[in-house]
Amino acid sequence: MPAVQETVERVKRIDVDQYRYGFETLIESDKAPKGLSEETVKFISEKKNEPAWMLQWRLEAYRRWLTMQEPTWARVDYPKIDFQDLYYYAAPKPKKTVTSLDEIDPEILKTYEKLGIPLREVAMLEGVEPKVGEEDPARRKIAVDAVFDSVSVATTFKAELKKAGVIFMPISEAIREHPELVQKYLGSVVPTSDNFYATLNSAVFSDGSFVYVPPGVRCPMELSTYFRINERNTGQFERTLIIADKGSYVSYLEGCTAPQRDENQLHAAVVELVAHDDAEIKYSTVQNWYPGNSEGKGGIYNFVTKRGDCRGNNSKISWTQVETGSAITWKYPSCILRGDNSRGEFYSIAISNGFQQVDSGTKMIHLGKNTSSRIISKGIAAGKSQNTYRGLVTAHRKATGARNFTACDSLLIGDKCGAHTVPYIEAKNSSATFEHEATTSKISEDVLFYCIQRGLSQEEAVGLVVNGFVKDVLQQLPMEFAVEAQKLISISLEGSVG
Amino acid sequence: MALLEVKDLKVRVEEREILHGLTLTVNEGEIHAIMGPNGSGKSTLSHVIAGKPGYEVTDGQILFRGEDLLEMSPDMRAAKGVFLAFQYPVEIPGVATMNFLRTALNAQRKARGEDEFSTPDFLKKVREVSKSLNIPQDMLKRGVNVGFSGGEKKRNEVLQMALFEPSLCILDEMDSGLDIDALRIAADGVNALHSPKRAMVVITHYQRLLNYIVPDIVHVMSKGRVVKSGGKELALELEASGYAQFEDAA
Ligand SMILES: Nc1ncnc2c1ncn2[C@@H]1O[C@H](COP(=O)(O)OP(=O)(O)OP(=O)(O)O)[C@@H](O)[C@H]1O
Ligand SMILES: [Mg+2]
Repeated sequence: MPAVQETVERVKRIDVDQYRYGFETLIESDKAPKGLSEETVKFISEKKNEPAWMLQWRLEAYRRWLTMQEPTWARVDYPKIDFQDLYYYAAPKPKKTVTSLDEIDPEILKTYEKLGIPLREVAMLEGVEPKVGEEDPARRKIAVDAVFDSVSVATTFKAELKKAGVIFMPISEAIREHPELVQKYLGSVVPTSDNFYATLNSAVFSDGSFVYVPPGVRCPMELSTYFRINERNTGQFERTLIIADKGSYVSYLEGCTAPQRDENQLHAAVVELVAHDDAEIKYSTVQNWYPGNSEGKGGIYNFVTKRGDCRGNNSKISWTQVETGSAITWKYPSCILRGDNSRGEFYSIAISNGFQQVDSGTKMIHLGKNTSSRIISKGIAAGKSQNTYRGLVTAHRKATGARNFTACDSLLIGDKCGAHTVPYIEAKNSSATFEHEATTSKISEDVLFYCIQRGLSQEEAVGLVVNGFVKDVLQQLPMEFAVEAQKLISISLEGSVG
Repeated sequence: MALLEVKDLKVRVEEREILHGLTLTVNEGEIHAIMGPNGSGKSTLSHVIAGKPGYEVTDGQILFRGEDLLEMSPDMRAAKGVFLAFQYPVEIPGVATMNFLRTALNAQRKARGEDEFSTPDFLKKVREVSKSLNIPQDMLKRGVNVGFSGGEKKRNEVLQMALFEPSLCILDEMDSGLDIDALRIAADGVNALHSPKRAMVVITHYQRLLNYIVPDIVHVMSKGRVVKSGGKELALELEASGYAQFEDAA
């Protein structure tokens, strides 16, 4: 049997059924009644002890949502979602506010341990192996915010961050403690009326992370959030808001997992980033939601709106994503390049296997003068999956000197999958220079055999070749996570689950 | 026991028989040369020994130290000591050569139940070997064979051979595309690996290579069979009179 055929067979058999993070945690939870109504929205707001303005904001979003239709333009196919058949809020009990790690349900801590997420501050960064020919990675600290179903359960390194003036806390807390900041920025990048899922999120979001970095501050550590969906039939709607004030810098990473379930689960997050003059935000995602089993049953619907606003001059926002999970991904992290000389970047690795459907890409909207953007997208399709890159690059009339470079490469493993590239380019300014390159190739039998002749197994060979294919993007991730992501990529394609 | 025994091997590719009953025996410590016209099946033989997919063995046997090689996966064959230096080494973009060497070496060691090399030991070994082959360290940081010249690709094959220490080395047209100096360096590299425990099978079109790597036995292949075997003088004879005399024998 030719090597690729064998890979395809193997991938078909094992991969998705051996999802490594598919365990369930047995804890009692506190749920909102099923279905969506003004009552549900009020219930959530009340659970969170929110001020009146917040409830008002949510209710407006909810009323707006009632008038909206689900988008159908993406190249994804799924049965209609019954939004009344979902729970919109589930909090692990006890619901009292948690102030230290010791108060967290040990079951939850165990869950995060299984995921390899260190909530204990000391355990951070153990076991990261340096690569050949490279120095040991700087043993940097990482602050973690962990979100379990709808509620943030622990934020580490809070005190140390506070010293630097950085605010990093669950958004539910920020609403109470820093209402002026939240009110000023929430919805200012993704308006409540933006799109069906963003509007839904605005009405029912339960938690997520809030970051504010004051002027001139370089955030002293990586910030990180881990999301986990545990409850059955529960939608997860996080809301993340990151503000980098003038001349500041922050690097933020989110990771995601969910248990194996036969039914589909909805995840509709909104992330808003604001970068003021000379500020920089680096946002990385390692997404490994449960992709469904080998027959295509179950898995997360990942319908996410992520947008960054380069509001100030010389500001920069960079999105890096490694997407290996979810049954359906619908996600376009974008940059609005409003400030003069601002820069947007999008680096993406999207891997689909089994019956996964990915429709992902970015939007670079050039409004200011001499703005530049760069898009590097690597799509890998295996099994019977469909993998689409969809990107939009536009230059406004006033965006003189706008520049974009786009490179989209797709790699196919087997012949039952598909890769598609859908670029939209609009230059309303004649001085704009947009470059676009795209390639689609099949993984080469000869390359695989070369590796195997040198002693690598079939699976190792595929992992190695794919990791080489995505290297440009992996290099954009913080070092510690690059190692993690590399493993994840191999796992999601090989099924060699440890 | 012979190191390699190929017995009456018949191989098909896409319904067409390419090897029609080929027999070849190689003992430890021997150097064999295989010569023959284009399309006579030399690369096919090397691929089947290494286990490349796409070939159907319809008859015959390949034994390696008495074990049935055809029953083993190709990576297992590599771990057992079968090495094939390719006629056309492929490029693997984004995979640094150094990383590739280490991954492959450790995979082989693991398959044999040996410990992995430690990073310093590995680096030391690579440095030694690459120095003797005149391979600059910079080259090892680049993607495997990416942007390498023809000569550099071939040297990279010899480098791996030296690093993995296989017991059977099959070199498929190692001399094609090499200039005189590069040929000498590569041949010296191969000769340095010559040992009583290791056998070499050198596939070539040119007698010139055999001035550097001196064979014990020369085989002439034609139309999917070995049609004549002899001492190193057979290569000189071929150089003088060509393959025509063997075509009828085939
Ligand atoms: N994958 C394949 N599909 C079809 N025919 C093949 C395939 N591989 C080899 N052949 C055929 O088998 C025959 C032997 O090829 P092979 O490459 O083994 O010859 P060779 O002796 O190595 O030639 P050269 O000296 O040119 O390298 C040729 O006729 C070739 O066309
Ligand atoms: Mg050949």
